[in-house]
Amino acid sequence: MPLDNTLKAQNGFVRYFKENMGTLIGLLIMCVILSFTTNGVFYSQRNLVNVLRQVSSNACLAFGMTFAIITGGIDLSVGSILALSGTLSAGFIVNSGFSVQQAVIAAIVIGTCLGLFNGFVIAKTTIPPFIVTLAMMQIARGAAYIYSNGQPIRAMIPEYQVIGTGYLGPIPYPVIYMAVFLIICVVLLSKTRFGRHVYAVGGNDKAAIFSGVNVARTKMLVYTMSGFLAAFTGVVLCARMASGQPTAGQSFEMDAIAATVLGGTSMSGGVGKIGSTMIGVLIIGVLNNGLNLLGLNSFWQQIAKGIVILLAVYVDMLKKRRK
Amino acid sequence: MSDNILLEMKHIHKKFPGVYALKDVNFELRAGEVHALLGENGAGKSTLIKCLAGIYIPEEGEVIVKGQSHIMKSVADSQAHGISVIHQELCLVPYLSIAENMFLGRERNIAGVIKRGQENEEAKKMLSRLGLDFDPNTLIKDLSIAQQQMVEIAKALSVKADILVMDEPTASLTDKETEVLFETMRQLKAEGIGIIYISHRMSELFAITDRVTIMRDGQYVGTVNTRETTNDQLIAMMVGRELTQLYFKDEVKPGKVVIEVKDLVSPPFVNGVSFAVREGEIVGMSGLVGAGRSETAHCIFGIDGNYTGQILIDGKPVHIRSVRQAMQNGIAMVPENRKEEGLVLINSVGYNLTLTVLHEIFRGRPLGNSRMENDTITRYIQELAIKTPSAEQLAENLSGGNQQKIVIAKWLATKPKLLILDEPTRGVDVGARAEIYGFMNELAKQGVAILMISSDLPEVINMSDRVLVMHEGKITANLGKNELSQEIIMSFATGTGGKVNAA
Repeated sequence: MPLDNTLKAQNGFVRYFKENMGTLIGLLIMCVILSFTTNGVFYSQRNLVNVLRQVSSNACLAFGMTFAIITGGIDLSVGSILALSGTLSAGFIVNSGFSVQQAVIAAIVIGTCLGLFNGFVIAKTTIPPFIVTLAMMQIARGAAYIYSNGQPIRAMIPEYQVIGTGYLGPIPYPVIYMAVFLIICVVLLSKTRFGRHVYAVGGNDKAAIFSGVNVARTKMLVYTMSGFLAAFTGVVLCARMASGQPTAGQSFEMDAIAATVLGGTSMSGGVGKIGSTMIGVLIIGVLNNGLNLLGLNSFWQQIAKGIVILLAVYVDMLKKRRK
Repeated sequence: MSDNILLEMKHIHKKFPGVYALKDVNFELRAGEVHALLGENGAGKSTLIKCLAGIYIPEEGEVIVKGQSHIMKSVADSQAHGISVIHQELCLVPYLSIAENMFLGRERNIAGVIKRGQENEEAKKMLSRLGLDFDPNTLIKDLSIAQQQMVEIAKALSVKADILVMDEPTASLTDKETEVLFETMRQLKAEGIGIIYISHRMSELFAITDRVTIMRDGQYVGTVNTRETTNDQLIAMMVGRELTQLYFKDEVKPGKVVIEVKDLVSPPFVNGVSFAVREGEIVGMSGLVGAGRSETAHCIFGIDGNYTGQILIDGKPVHIRSVRQAMQNGIAMVPENRKEEGLVLINSVGYNLTLTVLHEIFRGRPLGNSRMENDTITRYIQELAIKTPSAEQLAENLSGGNQQKIVIAKWLATKPKLLILDEPTRGVDVGARAEIYGFMNELAKQGVAILMISSDLPEVINMSDRVLVMHEGKITANLGKNELSQEIIMSFATGTGGKVNAA
């Protein structure tokens, strides 16, 4: 039988559009509707930059979440790790006299270690990731409250604030972080050996073991990465607010899961792409922004988000069944 | 046999995206006959049955049931026309009783309250029609597989089915249970019921069927009267060519010892195993289920890192506690269950083929050597004649034989010195089996040492240079080529070792 390599030869972009046709069309329709209903406000440069900045934190969490879900797991602790690292970074400067650099690095290292701990327990025991990270969600949140006595830690230090409020030309720093992580994660997942292993672990972990894949190490790396991204995002968010907020990131894990699922990543593992997750992030971001511009309150936004998730996943399933 | 035709399927076409699953298939069933549907995995048997059961709707063609042309639109529609399918995996609820299972979904009731008495009575009547004396209140979980099978049949008959489809009903039955099933089938025949029978076991076809329809690659090959055909003719029709020889085994002069295992222990299944395999040698490993064969292999392959004892590769003691270390020592293993241990089914053929050689593809190149990757994929798809429309096809869409070839290929890609094959042809159709034996023969000639674990005695006897027999975690015999027979192997496998010899 002759080998059909046309799929391989296909341009990466063409392939990306084909695979994400449904969500891209959805995103497009939303943008078109908003351009009519907001008198062009939606398309103003200021608003578009705003949307990107708003989605940047969810994007970073969702990248990590995509890795976790592809391995067949989940990471519920990202919102809490975000809060703890953010609070610590402010606290280290204000209370412990760390330099900004030291504080930021220490806070990120601690958050990353919590991710590593998640990964270690998941890899070495049979406790399901849902439970392990649910526990970490409680622990990290509790730690953030204890450290801060439940109060925001004000840190009006320009050198610190700039991490979240700075601009490179017209582009806010958080958007740049997002772009950098997007590229790194796309390459990691689709081009490297580690990425292959991630798919193998989620697609069939037994077959992965029988193929010499180090399943435990792969899982540990995935949760460590997710922890790192959450910690980094936490520092950026608190720097922007000039205050370490122990209540930051409440239910952020749910938005990250929603974006991942919208992008077509299978909750049962083995399937998913970072690029698709990015579309999911944008759909949620544009939806929030659009409903804001239209003056709908945030409670309605939640309902809208729920409906969009249901619809998108249903359409995705129909598409797959027809195949 | 009466000429009363119950069912006719004419020129059935069923297309899946890109492929014809069924192309112009004909089938006919008479009242009171057992008609076998025969073909390799992927030949289209189950697709045809699904078209009959209303699970798939054919694009073209005609289905005539009892003189009436009607394409089945749903499972309920199909049942209403007297068609009942007994699937390979039994669909009974274990914690409900026989009667409850029989009337599941169509409970006898008044205003929602179940008339338990009536259900039990009707169930009893159905069971006694099959000559079964079960209490209808018995829970399904307390029945043997064969008994459950009978309940399935009774359930099928209770919806007044006169066309019965049985998909590999004997797969998990013992010989004795199979005979009981056949007796029931003969009785149903006498009552004028038509049975479509799917099985891979040739001997059964000759025991129970009246006619055989053969399918290949989604197409109708022909229908023959069982009494007028032979085993060889059926296989030839199935495979599409004269399969003159299933087993290929050339004489190879064994070279130096590749692996030596000394006093391997890993409780509870491995209790002191010692053996050696040489270059170019195919060593069979036989024994009953639970004798510790796979577990021994798992120690050598690094899956079970908690063994004691010694493993020597090329005469040097080695430390194997992980699959990675086994691979570094030139050991490869095709595991017993390809779907669970062999393949990432939801990923592509190409992905699976290279999963074992990623360290080479990514050596010194963080983003991989795509040229090397494509070369490897193309080479092994061609070399092992893996039938796939492209390297991007998902592994789950391939037939069992082709899936097994992927697993073998991904290990050949590691250029092993020792290849362990655990049940290499289980669930593989006869055509692919012959090919796999061919590869084994070729590898042995190239000097690869092969350890083949198998429960298929003809395979063990025909392909091995030597056979190790295991019983309760120990090797009970090391038999040379000319001492091999099924009886001798079985006597050692059951622990009554050597009594046949003595007799």
